[in-house]
Amino acid sequence: MLTESEPHYRQPLLKTPFHERARALSQVDSFIPWAGYTTVDVFSFVEQEYFAIRNASTLYDLTPMVKYRIDGRDALRYLNRLMTRDIGKLKVGRVAYSVWCNDAGHLIDDGTVFRLGDTEYRLCTGERQLDWLLDSALGFDLQIDEVTEETAALAVQGPTSCAVLKNMGLGGIERLKPFELAHFALPAAIASDAQIMVSRTGFTGDLGYELWMRPEDAEAVWDALMEAGRYCAIRPIGSRALNMARIEAGFVLPNVDFVSGERTLRAGTERSPIELGLGWLVDLNKGHFTGRRALLEEQRRGPRRQLVGLDIEGNKPAHNALLYADKAGRRQIGSVSSATWSPTCKRNIALAMVDVPYIETGSTLWAEIYLNRELVWERRMARTHVVERPFFAPERRRLSPPADY
Amino acid sequence: MVSGGSGRHDAIIVGAGHNGLVAACYLARAGLDVLVLERNPYIGGAAVSRRLYDGFTYSNCSYVCSLLRTEIIRELNLPGYGLQIIPYEGGCTMMRDGGHLALYHNHDALRREIARHSRRDAESYERYLRDMLRQCRFIKPLLLREPPDPTSFKPRDIRELLYLGKHFHRLGEQRMYDTVRFWTMSCADFLDEYFESEIVKAHLAGSSIIGTALGPRSPGTAYVLLHHYMGNIDGAVGAWGFARGGMGAVTQALAASFQASGGSIRSGAPVERILVRNGRACGVVLESGEELLARIVVSNLDVRRTFLDIMNANDLPEEFVSQVRNFKIRGSSGKLNIALDGLPHFPAIPHGSPSIRGDLHVTDSIEMLERAYDDWKEGRWSRAPYIDMLMPSQIDPTLTPAGKHYMSVFVQYCPYKLADGEWDAARRQAFGRTVIDTIAEHSPDFKDLILHAEIRTPWDLENEVGLTEGNIFQGELTFDQLLFNRPIPGYAQYRAPVRGMYMCGSSTHPGGGVMGAPGANAAGAILRDLGRAH
Repeated sequence: MLTESEPHYRQPLLKTPFHERARALSQVDSFIPWAGYTTVDVFSFVEQEYFAIRNASTLYDLTPMVKYRIDGRDALRYLNRLMTRDIGKLKVGRVAYSVWCNDAGHLIDDGTVFRLGDTEYRLCTGERQLDWLLDSALGFDLQIDEVTEETAALAVQGPTSCAVLKNMGLGGIERLKPFELAHFALPAAIASDAQIMVSRTGFTGDLGYELWMRPEDAEAVWDALMEAGRYCAIRPIGSRALNMARIEAGFVLPNVDFVSGERTLRAGTERSPIELGLGWLVDLNKGHFTGRRALLEEQRRGPRRQLVGLDIEGNKPAHNALLYADKAGRRQIGSVSSATWSPTCKRNIALAMVDVPYIETGSTLWAEIYLNRELVWERRMARTHVVERPFFAPERRRLSPPADY
Repeated sequence: MVSGGSGRHDAIIVGAGHNGLVAACYLARAGLDVLVLERNPYIGGAAVSRRLYDGFTYSNCSYVCSLLRTEIIRELNLPGYGLQIIPYEGGCTMMRDGGHLALYHNHDALRREIARHSRRDAESYERYLRDMLRQCRFIKPLLLREPPDPTSFKPRDIRELLYLGKHFHRLGEQRMYDTVRFWTMSCADFLDEYFESEIVKAHLAGSSIIGTALGPRSPGTAYVLLHHYMGNIDGAVGAWGFARGGMGAVTQALAASFQASGGSIRSGAPVERILVRNGRACGVVLESGEELLARIVVSNLDVRRTFLDIMNANDLPEEFVSQVRNFKIRGSSGKLNIALDGLPHFPAIPHGSPSIRGDLHVTDSIEMLERAYDDWKEGRWSRAPYIDMLMPSQIDPTLTPAGKHYMSVFVQYCPYKLADGEWDAARRQAFGRTVIDTIAEHSPDFKDLILHAEIRTPWDLENEVGLTEGNIFQGELTFDQLLFNRPIPGYAQYRAPVRGMYMCGSSTHPGGGVMGAPGANAAGAILRDLGRAH
């Protein structure tokens, strides 16, 4: 069982409530640290886990996502000052993806805001930032608590995910629309009178749900899902497979595609939401919010660089590749932050930060890729095109009610 | 060995401390005939390992290493001459109520540790680290550069000022403001901008006052914090470590490197006076009366000792002498080196925590630290002193017999001059007792384990090591005495006001902490003056 008694100086990483289940199913013993927890990188092999996302159903433990409860009379005013998006439009029972910035308009983080009640919100992010949230809360009547350890979370993603949840007994789940949340009674087989919260959200760009529950219900929910998904080819996945799917979906990842503007050491390495292609999340007309003045100025001036999607010739993923305007590699104009071979699109894709004017769709760039030929390394300048994101966006992700597969 | 008297040396270096030896190494490597003179029968200055109790090696003065510039270690091939620097992990402050705060290397262990005291501080710590690292990035390239003279129009000064200006502007607008604030504010004010927990602030504040006759609320102490943070071990910024075999290993390796380049060292050869003829330094006279001639003379001693003790004031500009007299170099710290029969038990430190192998402290609030400083101002040692205590024998097997331990205890505050009379044996013992009692409050078996203790007051440090008033940095690291104002405005470029005479001690930029940079920079200035490439 959980060995919480081990002190942090012996075991710095916490175990999630799903750890024992994951440990039992891990074939290759590949665990990685994520936000203070030990989590699975790969269960068996990456391609099979990846195809379960695009073909069947997957379980992914997202307990380490940092969760804050924001509750109080001024919660909405507070979130609207903190975030770039107009949170005033967010109704109870809905979820919004948003970003927030510092005064300089540099992105701090992205995350999802859940409106749980009139004055109660939950914020899910990749990084801990209680100090920023509390500093921003000065003068607002509200309470902010980190509830990461009090809430276990599982992502159920894939074309059969709705069917799995129906099988599990979550009646009416098919009526849940994208970015909606609802509470369900746990199936009778689980001896718990607690409810489970389900949101139609995810990080795969596919049909999928995220389940939020009490840690003490976690193992029973996992078992019920595995049972309910038996005929829907459900399987647990690690972070590696999820990362392939999120690149196909064109989502950015902190510390991979950008570093928080509150963490950078070197001037000029910060990124604005506009540069990251998240300008659609910035509502300059909603009234004052942190970073608005700087973002107004940036919008007027236009960004100097932007995150773009790339389609690269050949099949070798262009991890960390430098990008050039010319094949000779004389003029560097950017670099790749995320790269993968896309098994669904059969394309060699990447996310990259590229200087203006090379950001236009259709621009031709050159990626410097190193090829390992039985330990004899070669350099290839691969012809690369700027393409639209997302690389893969199936209709089923939005369909309501969703199909069974 | 050069016997002296017979011929003229290219350079004589007064003092075989680490900076004297670093300068000597670079000069010898450039082909100069260099003689280093040391007053004590052993070399090392304040980077010295001595065996004062059978089987035990003490780091008698400086005791940990971080700031020694990697460039120097590489260029002088110190690892080839036996220098090994081994990082240690974290440290711990024991609290009066039995609690503790430890710092761990692992990011998640550290976050959870700080969160035991304040969840918010655990996350603010990231912001604190970021800002310290930003300041480090700013100062690091300045360490091995001769500070430019802002009043000079020499091409080199203008070039260096432009570099400094450009470097400063690269910080970005907000950070330029931050840097100026940072260099002038107090450590307590600085830490208040990040943390709410008293114990977190107290633990971090320690390195803002080490070696400094200032309290945590004195302006200028935030910089001292940075001074202790800007080193690195193998790229880990802010990490500290032990020199295997004690800090004397640093100077032993330097001496070996120097001798391999053809240089010679004479220990037990105290210099009585630096000879100046026709406005030019031309050698030294030893206390024995022996005269040694050289084209240039380099002093590793602090500026007070150099210009007031072993030079004639009438060889120097009058205003310069006044400024040397006003140079702030106040003793504030003492040191205990203790041989222990075993590892003492500290009940506040959890069993199995690696923090016992790091730096241990017992000052659990800024207030307590400031009160300790108040005692110093009144001319007595702190009744509840700040201590920086380590037991390197847990990591370094060369220091003690198996199962025994060596404890190094840096103590602050301790005045150079006592309000109630001169330092004597009885007062030294009483000072030692205060420290031992302080440690014993946190370790019930500590006193029973003591086999031998070397107790050193600022007075002892001055008389044995030669540091004026026992100031470990050869002069306070306050903004009025840094960069182009260190040690004396107009004389920051290692050249004394007498031709052929140079300074290479920690009194010069960028200051103390066993960095070696003053010695390397001084050698650079000398070689430029001699028209040799550095």
